[in-house]
Amino acid sequence: MNLAAKDIRHNLGRFVLTAIGIGLLLMTVLGMSGIYRGMVDDAMVVVDRIGADLWVVQHDTRGPFAEISRVPANLEHRVRAVPGVASARSFVSHNVQREHRDEPLRMNVHGLAWPEDNGAWVTLTAGRPLGQAHYELIADASLGLALGEKLKLGKDTYTVVGIAKGMVSSGGDGLAFFTTQDALAIQVDLPGDALRLERAARVQRAVAQDLGQVQPLLLERGAGMASGIPALGPPMVSAITVRVAEGVDAAQVAATIAAWPDVSVHTRDDQEALLVRGMIDKARRQIGLFRVLLVVISTIIMALILYTLTLDKIHDIAMLKLMGARNPMIAGLILQQALLLGALGYGIAWVLGGWVFPRFPRRVLITSEDLWALAVVVAIISVFASLLGIWKAMRVEPNKVLA
Amino acid sequence: MTQTSKKPAAVEALGLTKIYGSGNTEVIAMKEVSLSLARGEVVALLGPSGAGKSTFLTAIGLINPPTAGRIVIGGEAVMDGPRALVDLRAFRRRHLGFVFQKANLIPFLKAVENVAIAMEINDVSPRAARKRALELLDYLGVGDRARNLPDALSGGQQQRVAVARALANQPSLILADEPTAALDSHRGRQVMELFRQVAHEHGSAVIVVTHDHRSLDVFDRTYEMEDGELGAKHSPPAPTANSTPSA
Repeated sequence: MNLAAKDIRHNLGRFVLTAIGIGLLLMTVLGMSGIYRGMVDDAMVVVDRIGADLWVVQHDTRGPFAEISRVPANLEHRVRAVPGVASARSFVSHNVQREHRDEPLRMNVHGLAWPEDNGAWVTLTAGRPLGQAHYELIADASLGLALGEKLKLGKDTYTVVGIAKGMVSSGGDGLAFFTTQDALAIQVDLPGDALRLERAARVQRAVAQDLGQVQPLLLERGAGMASGIPALGPPMVSAITVRVAEGVDAAQVAATIAAWPDVSVHTRDDQEALLVRGMIDKARRQIGLFRVLLVVISTIIMALILYTLTLDKIHDIAMLKLMGARNPMIAGLILQQALLLGALGYGIAWVLGGWVFPRFPRRVLITSEDLWALAVVVAIISVFASLLGIWKAMRVEPNKVLA
Repeated sequence: MTQTSKKPAAVEALGLTKIYGSGNTEVIAMKEVSLSLARGEVVALLGPSGAGKSTFLTAIGLINPPTAGRIVIGGEAVMDGPRALVDLRAFRRRHLGFVFQKANLIPFLKAVENVAIAMEINDVSPRAARKRALELLDYLGVGDRARNLPDALSGGQQQRVAVARALANQPSLILADEPTAALDSHRGRQVMELFRQVAHEHGSAVIVVTHDHRSLDVFDRTYEMEDGELGAKHSPPAPTANSTPSA
């Protein structure tokens, strides 16, 4: 006779409510793990989809995913000249937050090296890749932009020509793909007054020097557009992505470029490791601690519930002992209830999670490994939670029946 | 004082003494009580509250060891003073049955399951235990309530189920502590008669602690306990008109 099942059937309402409570807690544990997985997966999207073998970045920096990296855009041409390089492209990536439809719109602006790269590699759910050098963008669906919608960024207006799916930065911001030129324009967009002030400041600096006094043309150029001053550097991009030709050893190409004094080179694995160990490491640890806390809280709650369920049965347990019931039978009653509670809670967490997680603002990625791991954790905490009740039951004397 | 039966003994209590506390706080709850019962014999213990009746019952029921004395059940010595000579829980399982003032049925088990569990604890197969439990409930007149939970049974029906549970493993000794206190006089008498019936038919010895003087004719012997000592033996009064055992 299964006493645990009979007791549960007798107190079904209370047991089911308790299981729902445990299930919600376990769903949160599962969700935490899913948020971390989603964060890692999102962080890897750009690195994976771009498919670059090497990342050439500012000297002694770890690249655009770890810190600010600034390299001249024309570095791209120098890299192309290295033997074994199949292609090299500028990489521009930065976050912007602007007002759109009277609400803040935060996005990760990503530059595509037009015309070689029109974003054909981006997974589109609607629309098309970029079709011209300027004023078009592909937006991730999470940004909430519609196909054909106009978006004003700085002085220019861009049209959404494609909607992407699952393209999110490690920070959770949806990606927006522009041509590199447009991405840079968005990044360095300055208001007219700021430009006028900068030009006036340049003129004042030139006037204060001998060169400005002996070359009036310099004063004239200084008062005009920055592109008219050859002494100014070329536009800066975040990195240059490199694809190595088939059959060529990427390490050898990396060693050649790394010998240049003005840049550093990282492999694709380096970039992925930087993302996981660097950028999202604190988030991972924070989420990990929350998971541990939630597991501990779940264990304590389960233990208290099982303990009170045991207290309710103290008289019955004393009667069973008086009749000569063996300890394993009594411990089994509590342990089976704990495991049933855990199993039911786990099932509820799974079902509810499947319904709730897709509605979260950030991606919650649940893997089968996480489900198995949680199942093992639930089994362990169920056993632990039952110990307090079992301890209490073992201490009950049969003469308690007389009380 | 030693009280004995002329038939072969099913249970013997020899000089049982129970002392709580020590020094100034010492209380002698039971003092050198000796009693011997034959199989099939039904004995009542009377006495005021605090006389030591329940102490004697729990001592001989192996749930509250005596400070001194010896207990022999079915010819096997089980207690020598506070020292257990056998596995008490296993011995209770095989040889003892208990009935209390409250039926103490397990609330989440049906009547038949409350009886069957006592046998399953004693390693009887679930199928055989259920079959015998149904037979016992039929025998005690509550077979039609076998599938009811205790909540759905009257006090008398619950007590009959408790008696069936006590009988389940055909024990050598049934101990009953005020089994009729929660029942009206009619149902109380029915339960007392049940004890006599099962004792005679199953051969169990039965000790009943009671305050109910109206059913004393049911018992083979009646003893008074006072201040922890077993007093005089009373002869059973003449049977009353409605004292016929009934199921």
